[in-house]
Amino acid sequence: MHELSIVMSIIDIAQQQAKSADAETIDEIEIDIGCLSTVQMEAFDFAWEQAVKETILDNAIKKINRIKGKARCLDCDASFPLENIYDACPKCGQHLIDIVEGKELRVKSLIVS
Amino acid sequence: MCATCGCDTDGNVTMHEPGHHHDHNDHHSHDHQKKVVAVEKDVLNENNLLAERNRGYFEAKNILALNLVSSPGSGKTSLLERTLKDMKGELEFAVIEGDQQTTNDADRIHATGTKVVQINTGKGCHLDAHMVLHAVQGMKPKNDSVLFIENVGNLVCPAMFDLGEKERVVIISVTEGDDKPLKYPDMFYSSTLCIINKTDLLPYVPFDIEKVKANAKKVNHKLEIIELSCTNGEGLQIWYDWLKSKVLAPETV
Repeated sequence: MHELSIVMSIIDIAQQQAKSADAETIDEIEIDIGCLSTVQMEAFDFAWEQAVKETILDNAIKKINRIKGKARCLDCDASFPLENIYDACPKCGQHLIDIVEGKELRVKSLIVS
Repeated sequence: MCATCGCDTDGNVTMHEPGHHHDHNDHHSHDHQKKVVAVEKDVLNENNLLAERNRGYFEAKNILALNLVSSPGSGKTSLLERTLKDMKGELEFAVIEGDQQTTNDADRIHATGTKVVQINTGKGCHLDAHMVLHAVQGMKPKNDSVLFIENVGNLVCPAMFDLGEKERVVIISVTEGDDKPLKYPDMFYSSTLCIINKTDLLPYVPFDIEKVKANAKKVNHKLEIIELSCTNGEGLQIWYDWLKSKVLAPETV
């Protein structure tokens, strides 16, 4: 249940950013969560619901961008979509791959007022 | 940042204090227009900064910090006990133990005569860089030593939290399934060494050691693998040599 720690970190970031933007409320928060990151979305949503209560994110719209996994084969240089970390290169069958996208976990933007 | 112990960060990394104060009247001078703030900040940024701070401390003191991760019962503490006893006099050690409750593991390490601090995470499922920072401040490990950080037994959550370690060591025992690297890929992906423990039990369990190695390599082609048994001592020398090589290795930039 590390998702709670993640949500707490997001709340911290949102609070800091809202303060520096001189904002009173956050209307929307946009978060990138890669499909290959270690976040289980059900646990994340559950943790979110509980943790944002009485914080600046309480009434904010949560917009999540799921970023699909993408890898590059270090052997044959092919680029391909990666569903699981352990998938092989579809072109040459090797596992010498470099994950290019899908591990993201970042607060992208806020809409404040 | 610290969701688990609740204490505030100590100002060296990120401030929580507002950079300015505006009084209430100010609010009404601007017209409540919606504004987009581009944040682009890693969610674990705070932890990562503290981890880098720990890493700098370890490097300055030439401390080899190892983060030991595994599911509960793989033999992390037994491996440590055996290592601390066998290598006594050869290397200087210190240990940070992470568990939800009890000081049982720290007591076992203490019995070997090694400096040890126990972190109880309460309900927390992993150690984070902040907890390690506090533990290190308390224990003050010696220069040129090896610091083992035994994480909470959990093959999922600790994967995301950099503690500032030099190497992450994932331990799996032959009484577990040989498909574990595929079921819990993140931990194997983020580790640098995989120890396959309890090899003395191989004749009694349906565990295909070649298969687990292949599965681990599928997830992380850079992963080093050592097979050993803390019970009959098989393979331990390879682990000790690995440790010594890491201590003696010049720092890479």
